[in-house]
Amino acid sequence: MKKLLIFISLIIGVTSLQAQDFLNKSKVSGSFEVNTQYYMPDESIGITDSTLNNKFFGINGFGKIQYTLGNFTAGIRFESFQTPLLGFRPELEGTGIANYYATYDNGTIGVTVGDIYDQFGSGLVFRTYEEWSLGFDNSLRGMRAVYRPCDGVTFKGVYGKQRFYWASYGRDENRGIIRGVDGEWDLNQSLAAMSNAKFRLGVGGSFVSNYQEAAQNDPIYKVPENVSAAAGRINMGYGRFSFTTEYAYKINNPSAINNMIYKNGEALLSSLAYSQKGLGVVLQVKRVDNMSFKSDYTAKENDLDINFIPPINYTHTHSLPAMYSYSTQPNGEMGIQFQVNYLIPKKTLLGGKYGTKVAFNYSQVNDIVRDSITYNGKKVLYRKGTLGYSSPFFGISDKVFYRDINFEIDKKISKKWSIIVQYINLIYDIETIEGHSGAPTVRADIAFLDLTYKITPKHSIRMELQHLWDCIGTGYEVPEGAEKDYIKRGNWFSALLEYSIAPKWFVSVADKYNYGNPVAEYRDHYFTASVGYIKDATRITLSGGRQSEGMVCVGGVCRVVPASSGVSLTVTTAF
Amino acid sequence: MKKLLAFLLFGFMFLGLSAQNKSDLPNITLKNLDGESVNIAELNNDGKPFVMTFWATWCGPCVKEHNALSDVYDDWVEETGVKIFSVSIDDARSTAKIKPFVDGKGWPFVILLDVNKDLARAMNVSNPPHTFLFDGNGKIVWQHTGYLEGGEEDLYQEILKISK
Repeated sequence: MKKLLIFISLIIGVTSLQAQDFLNKSKVSGSFEVNTQYYMPDESIGITDSTLNNKFFGINGFGKIQYTLGNFTAGIRFESFQTPLLGFRPELEGTGIANYYATYDNGTIGVTVGDIYDQFGSGLVFRTYEEWSLGFDNSLRGMRAVYRPCDGVTFKGVYGKQRFYWASYGRDENRGIIRGVDGEWDLNQSLAAMSNAKFRLGVGGSFVSNYQEAAQNDPIYKVPENVSAAAGRINMGYGRFSFTTEYAYKINNPSAINNMIYKNGEALLSSLAYSQKGLGVVLQVKRVDNMSFKSDYTAKENDLDINFIPPINYTHTHSLPAMYSYSTQPNGEMGIQFQVNYLIPKKTLLGGKYGTKVAFNYSQVNDIVRDSITYNGKKVLYRKGTLGYSSPFFGISDKVFYRDINFEIDKKISKKWSIIVQYINLIYDIETIEGHSGAPTVRADIAFLDLTYKITPKHSIRMELQHLWDCIGTGYEVPEGAEKDYIKRGNWFSALLEYSIAPKWFVSVADKYNYGNPVAEYRDHYFTASVGYIKDATRITLSGGRQSEGMVCVGGVCRVVPASSGVSLTVTTAF
Repeated sequence: MKKLLAFLLFGFMFLGLSAQNKSDLPNITLKNLDGESVNIAELNNDGKPFVMTFWATWCGPCVKEHNALSDVYDDWVEETGVKIFSVSIDDARSTAKIKPFVDGKGWPFVILLDVNKDLARAMNVSNPPHTFLFDGNGKIVWQHTGYLEGGEEDLYQEILKISK
């Protein structure tokens, strides 16, 4: 009792002493975002009262509050999906505090308890992150510790259980317990002798294991309860050249994704770059073989991913090429990307007064080679409960999942005019990537033009024109009953006109027209109009019209957005 | 258990209190383009204002904003001594491509890589581009989300207000 009194008076003493400081040093900040949509039936694109299922309203919203006091930070995030917008997973439906955490970090030692986001290396064995636009959150509820004994050296440890929509974190055998450690050493930063060296070197390594109790109860297979993965990475540079590589290995991990095969998994990601002011060149190669890693072996799609396999293709954001965005195939792919960015200097023939930015990109992803294996004296391929297949490390299958060749010119012509043109040649295996079985691969050419005219320093008008030529046209004979697989196929034309008054107002109208669809009923216009207002860190956007079916992809993880018609309101703010 | 947690929280708070903190910059470590670790809390511009802007290679308006800032940067530096820290929130797919991308566009800013959006989260950034203006002591004095043609002029007016 006495001790308690002393303790309390001590606290009161310290608090009153530092009350002034307390107020000065603490800070509350946060952000808020709400996306609402009112859906309307629109029979010509197949939306009726019954397909809407009486869910005319969709709301995705979150609010986050964060408290900072010196090296201490704590925060909570409230989320509400009542009901989730179309295209988001129905499991998201719900409202509540989805995320909270407290961190102390003084630069040398850091501890976080609560929901953790972190990444080891490029994420091949561990990455927890949140992507609001996809409704994706695989955060780890548990603990994280970081130790940085000296400049350039970092050790990390994480422990916990992943978020699965609104599922409880209590005793639940179906989600594994994840434990991971990572170490990193940058020699140039930590060794005085190398601090000014032209040669740069950094190394790192990580180990992650997942323990899933339910695995031992599988009715058919003997599934490992402990699955571990390890990765090593090197980061080298010499003058203008740099080379980075990471290799990851995972022990056998039969799962719903890999058809319950017992093969080990591996992934390699390497990049070689040359860079100087005005010119950047990069070459990346990647091999992925059976590298899906989840904290529940029965999980599907992107649920409960422990790792992240970075796609290495170019990210298209213009509406027509973005319809055919590549998503990583964790079961196997061989990829290459070559990209050049060049600034044609000012005051040259092609550079003009402001210089001209040009970019070239080539990326291609093929399947890996899979050879049959012998099982009980028979040749089998990809059979459940076996080692699945054997795959030569450097083997590349003839099957092309994705290829993209594009060229871009970005030029400021005068104080008033600027222009961006892009030409894209695309191959997209819609059968593999979107599961439209039997649909012919998309081979498309896309032209893009973005023209901006500054009327006054703050008033601008922008026009965007796009055209997509698909290899199949109106004459293509679609097999009976397979029409659904041909939605969004054929030629497209799209135009957008935007008027903006910096920094606050913009209004735009746009139309996308699928005039070349082989199925006559799908030859629709998708007209939208939007108006937006921005003030400091607040943005309000109101739009109405028709949304075509498409994919929203962030970092190779994609979400299919179904066609819809209606009005949407988005508000985001930060404080 | 709850008591222990409460105690830990208090402990953390006092530890936090005892540490010096004058700025709005969080204690988060990011990498620069040479792979070196940079503690964000230590960012400064020798007592002059600085800008921190969040962008991504896949974000069209961000690239436009950076092009516009790049065109006027020399003038701004000459007149106000301002410095721009440009934080890429691209994920691991682009880590190796950022340097060639930035050099290929000729951007003169200090680039930092926020590969898993740690800094973006700490600064409550939801969508890029998102731009902050800090005074010489590292206090946020202005922020803006989105970029519309000509929007850089607004930022410049704010910089002029605090640089004497």
